[in-house]
Amino acid sequence: MSLTSDPPVTRAVEKEPVAGPELVVVPVRHPWRWVAVAVTAVLLVQFVHGLVTNPGWEWDVFAAFFTTETVLRAVWVTLQLTFHGTALGFAIGIVLAFMRLSASPFLRSVAFGYIWAFRSIPLIVQLLFWFNLAYLYKELSIGIPFGPSFLSFDTTGLVGEMSAAVLGLALHQAAYAAEIVRGGVLAVDEGQVQAAASLGIPRLRQVRRIVLPQAMRSILPNAANEIISLFKGTSIVSVMAIGELFYQVQVVYGRNGRVVPLLMVATAWYVLLTTALSVVQHYVERHYAKGSVR
Amino acid sequence: MSSVTVDPAAEAQAATTAKVEIRAVHKTFGPLHVLRGIDLDVRAGEVTVVLGPSGSGKSTLLRTINHLEKVDSGTVSVDGTLVGYRRSGNKLYELRERDILKQRTRIGFVFQNFHLFPHLTVLENIVEAPVSALKRPRKEAEAAARTLLERVGLADKAEAYPKQLSGGQQQRVAIARALALEPGLLLFDEPTSALDPELVGEVLDVIKDLAASGTTMIVVTHEIGFAREVADTVVFMDEGRIVEQGPPAEVLDSPRHERTRAFLSKVL
Repeated sequence: MSLTSDPPVTRAVEKEPVAGPELVVVPVRHPWRWVAVAVTAVLLVQFVHGLVTNPGWEWDVFAAFFTTETVLRAVWVTLQLTFHGTALGFAIGIVLAFMRLSASPFLRSVAFGYIWAFRSIPLIVQLLFWFNLAYLYKELSIGIPFGPSFLSFDTTGLVGEMSAAVLGLALHQAAYAAEIVRGGVLAVDEGQVQAAASLGIPRLRQVRRIVLPQAMRSILPNAANEIISLFKGTSIVSVMAIGELFYQVQVVYGRNGRVVPLLMVATAWYVLLTTALSVVQHYVERHYAKGSVR
Repeated sequence: MSSVTVDPAAEAQAATTAKVEIRAVHKTFGPLHVLRGIDLDVRAGEVTVVLGPSGSGKSTLLRTINHLEKVDSGTVSVDGTLVGYRRSGNKLYELRERDILKQRTRIGFVFQNFHLFPHLTVLENIVEAPVSALKRPRKEAEAAARTLLERVGLADKAEAYPKQLSGGQQQRVAIARALALEPGLLLFDEPTSALDPELVGEVLDVIKDLAASGTTMIVVTHEIGFAREVADTVVFMDEGRIVEQGPPAEVLDSPRHERTRAFLSKVL
């Protein structure tokens, strides 16, 4: 009995489930999204149209000044300020970071105090202080602390405009760099240091070979932010009459009155070089991502 | 005079495997008294398995042996040399970090979570310590590393990064990394606890091979079967003390203490 009734059931399962027409999926419509796209597109086109047709932009003046020697030399000064500020700033920052991570409460407090002070004072104020260093200290000397000196320098000659600017940028940068480096080091798994220590790897080598390369992964995005912001921040140095990009552009439009196109010259250079830095960042990050899956 | 008569082979053997003496070791973490007077002797070439419930202090004890954890009182010595201190009269002078690091090159340590260096290849992981701590030439160290990889069955993974390997493979690399220093003593801290069950066997096989080679080993584990098969001595710890120790047949099959019995009945 059951034998005769069972087979039809299994055959029904094996059969195609639906014999009717194919089902079509209709995605939900978003009419307002299309409205938003249209409005944005119109605004964008208006903006570009304005850039091209508004004679106020004076693109011919822009083109004439974009690669003049004065501007190129100013770009070079800006790059130098950025490079030296970054290099010195991160060098001091790494020292400060390890001071803050040290077991000595004294070193920790000094580093904390430094970071507190230099983060609290606006960069422009710091720069003016350095610029007026000669007023505070007439001469610097090398010798026994509080004792006789062997060598001494006149501060007016020693701290020129350029070095005052680099020093100011670097000391300011160091406070931020220290926190970024410290954050990166703290992000490395404690087990890594323990493994290195259990293998007897010398202390300095542990830091250089095991900790820092891993810390770099979290240091890099923040460091790139800092470098880019320092690069643009060099424009503040214009208050010290140093011929960097922004100051030089101001000098030129002060002479010929073409304010807008010359500001565009500076803008274009800043954008161009920031883009270059971002590309470099991408490749450096890829280098330090070795062995990681994301 | 007597040194002339010493068999050079026996001397070499003595140099490659070390005995361990632990005397009255106490350790506290804040209010927590983790080790409450540990005395333990491990003879050269023997395999000691430490068992006990979690929180009993087994891992801490293991970490005091290579001074990853400082003791509050008591002494640990490996092959007759104090670990982490220098004794002069009745005073123990803490060694400088550099000297402690040098001592650690004689003691291999394998972690529960492997702690391979993720940014270095398998080969670089193994070569790092011999090159930087023992100043071996890189070529030589690499050749030795490849031999070790063969021994743990991973000869084809030299150029891989740790994250490309399974847990069991990573732990075998970690063992090879510890062996690269040719230590006289190997410490294993729950080497299979972080592994998927089907990967435990491959790691235990490697450790068994090592045990047969005559290196002194102290293994903290929950693998009772492994203890029964490989251990010369089984130590049972609870609440910072050694409750009992002896040959596996004795401790595992006819434990004398109630707490050992209770623990074994739960894990077996």
